[in-house]
Amino acid sequence: MSEQPIIVSASPHVHSDRTSKKIMYDVVIALIPAFLVSVYVFGASAFIVTSVAIASCLLFEYGIQKYLFKTAVTITDGSALLTGILLAFNLPSNLPIWMVIVGSLVAIGIAKLSFGGLGFNIFNPALVGRVFLLVSFPVQMTMWPTAIVNNTNVVDAVTGATSLGLIKEGLLFGKTMTEISPQLPSTTQMLFGFTGGSLGEMSALALLLGGLYLLYRKVISWHIPVTVLATMVVMTGIFWFIDPEHYASPLIHILSGGAILGAFFMATDLVTSPMTKKGMVIFAIGIGVITVVIRLFGAYPEGVSFAILIMNAFVPLINTYFKPRRFGAKIKAKIVSL
Amino acid sequence: MLKTFPKGGVHPPENKLTSAKSIKRMAVPKVVYVPISQHIGIPAEIIVNVKDAVEIGQVIAKSGGFVSSNIHSPVAGTVTKLDLIIDTSGYKKQCIVIRTDVKNEANFQEIEYPLVKDIILEPKAILQKINDYGIVGLGGATFPAHVKLNVKEGTVLDHLIINGVECEPYLTADHRLMLEKAEEIMVGVEILMHALNINKAIIGIENNKKDAIDIFKKLTQNNQKIKVAALQVKYPQGGEKQLVRALLNREVPKNGLPLDVGVIVHNVGTIFAIYQAIQHNVPLTERVVTVTGKKLENPANYWVKIGTPITDLVNEVGGLPEGTRKIVNGGPMMGKAIKNTDVPVTKGTSGILVIADDEASRGEPKNCIRCSECVFVCPMGLEPHLLMNLSEKGLYERASAEDIMTCIECGSCSYVCPSHRPLLDYIRFGKQIVKKLNTAKN
Ligand code: SF4
Ligand code: SF4
Repeated sequence: MSEQPIIVSASPHVHSDRTSKKIMYDVVIALIPAFLVSVYVFGASAFIVTSVAIASCLLFEYGIQKYLFKTAVTITDGSALLTGILLAFNLPSNLPIWMVIVGSLVAIGIAKLSFGGLGFNIFNPALVGRVFLLVSFPVQMTMWPTAIVNNTNVVDAVTGATSLGLIKEGLLFGKTMTEISPQLPSTTQMLFGFTGGSLGEMSALALLLGGLYLLYRKVISWHIPVTVLATMVVMTGIFWFIDPEHYASPLIHILSGGAILGAFFMATDLVTSPMTKKGMVIFAIGIGVITVVIRLFGAYPEGVSFAILIMNAFVPLINTYFKPRRFGAKIKAKIVSL
Repeated sequence: MLKTFPKGGVHPPENKLTSAKSIKRMAVPKVVYVPISQHIGIPAEIIVNVKDAVEIGQVIAKSGGFVSSNIHSPVAGTVTKLDLIIDTSGYKKQCIVIRTDVKNEANFQEIEYPLVKDIILEPKAILQKINDYGIVGLGGATFPAHVKLNVKEGTVLDHLIINGVECEPYLTADHRLMLEKAEEIMVGVEILMHALNINKAIIGIENNKKDAIDIFKKLTQNNQKIKVAALQVKYPQGGEKQLVRALLNREVPKNGLPLDVGVIVHNVGTIFAIYQAIQHNVPLTERVVTVTGKKLENPANYWVKIGTPITDLVNEVGGLPEGTRKIVNGGPMMGKAIKNTDVPVTKGTSGILVIADDEASRGEPKNCIRCSECVFVCPMGLEPHLLMNLSEKGLYERASAEDIMTCIECGSCSYVCPSHRPLLDYIRFGKQIVKKLNTAKN
């Protein structure tokens, strides 16, 4: 007989090998391709911004939990690490370092820990950090280094506007899409990430690769990303179809800005998205619609972050109204003939 | 595509270590401990006294009401004690202790029962005999069989479903029984169809038991009434509501029974017990038990007399291995952990699972990350994370409104939760309180 006591716990007596930690690290793995592209395009600055965001998120979580709240420290669960990476991905790579640190403090301290920590926050912490910075430092937050691939394939980065910014500005000054188009990067450039924009959002291909990995690992389901992107395509498509001179094509909308990063990595955040498939679809349609409305008619050229945060606020409501269908509900005792 | 139920479910590793091992007969124990409460419902009433001599199959405790069951002596011997003994539930229960008469040959005869196909008894007599012979559901729930078969006049009943799913990992008792007693089971099915006047039956078997499916395919080849259906492997397909949904595409209404959609479900083990009772006048005093575990020397399946101490079974497979941390009565998903092996086998014991080392302890619970896994796997369409939360906070009215009572305690939610939250523990607790509140109200 063994010396260790016999355990008498209730069933089940087996557990799947999935853990929250593994899920977090799977998302981190999924972000690696986009990160590599970013370092290739923007160079050391991308690396530095990401490292600072990660380090400060971890440190703030450690400090606040240990010294302020005096609770258990949870920095090894992968969640703060992920917030750091996602925050960095939503920042320009040339943002002053101290602003990155401020963003991290807002993300971890205000958006996550003050709500009660992992699982209790209503809003996506990384996006709260980003929007806080965008509102507080609008100039620095919209100065994007633009990557240009010259003929020897060496990558230079110069400061400029994003595609969405160029379109918005152009249309505002009465230009038509035909006149604006030459200034925009080509579709291939957008796919591979040689365009202006936040650190992690430019390479559609790298992000899609990561997204596929998450789908394969069943960390996310298709409902949110596919619905967000489909809604955007349909909405921008309608406007583009009616007046292609004053509205950009759906392809440009999907490939530029934070659409793909948002759809696959920000909107799918487990904690802040709905908990049923029906709810996810409603939530995603909301994000798609709000994003397009902001992009086409709002003051900002980009609206993914705002759209996700707005829909985050509706998640508790969505969870209340879109419940899973209970087995046997609304079924009368009757024999269905075969 | 093979049939299955559409909503929820999980795929725990199957670990069917004993599926190739034919059922051996356990030696008759020197002493048997027969609890009087081996079924759901009212305990049976003891009708023997200390020092009484009893025969094999003699009624020693009489059904205590409608939802109750007779209990028969598994051995010939002498009643030595009527005592409180801890049973598989972990509680002390009344037991009849019988010392086996080692000189009585009846105890050691191995009777080969010939296959008897002709069904002579009338439906009424069959149902009465099932009641008299102490037959209860052997799939695990141990619901007295005659209660399930007591169909009100006028109920439309068109299908008998035979549950050969055995979706619990590790367990192979039903699998082996289907392989070794297929023809008897077929007769058992016909007996029930005759008794209930049903002319369609489906035997549902998961596709990880292809050999059993093949045997029944052969046996039902020219049979218009009895069919066998291979099912996709998914836990908890053995749950009645899931099985009916999978096989017939009918959904049992909330708080209802399969009967409400014209179906009666019985486990293959129960069917075999019915066959034995009706065709050979053998009451239920033994069953097949899988004794299994990764570290066991020689895991196997046994015919075991009810009342045999589990210690005997464990010794038979080489004793408790080094590092044993958990002993489970039943399978890993729904079985009950027991403190030690000084507990008798009852009618509901389908297996003994021995778990060693770190596989036995649970992970430390963490915050819910709202990943919805528990919602996705719940076969009843519930929100386990919410139900746990409500139970934890004592919000029982709300838990009740969120259908906590429809939980079938399959454990899929706890199994899958990446934050190791004890979902089912809290849900069970909540259910108990809601049940009490409901009875208080009525
Ligand atoms: S809530 Fe109940 S029915 Fe649903 S998965 Fe958990 S144990 Fe199974
Ligand atoms: S599976 Fe666990 S972590 Fe995920 S929602 Fe359910 S309770 Fe929360």
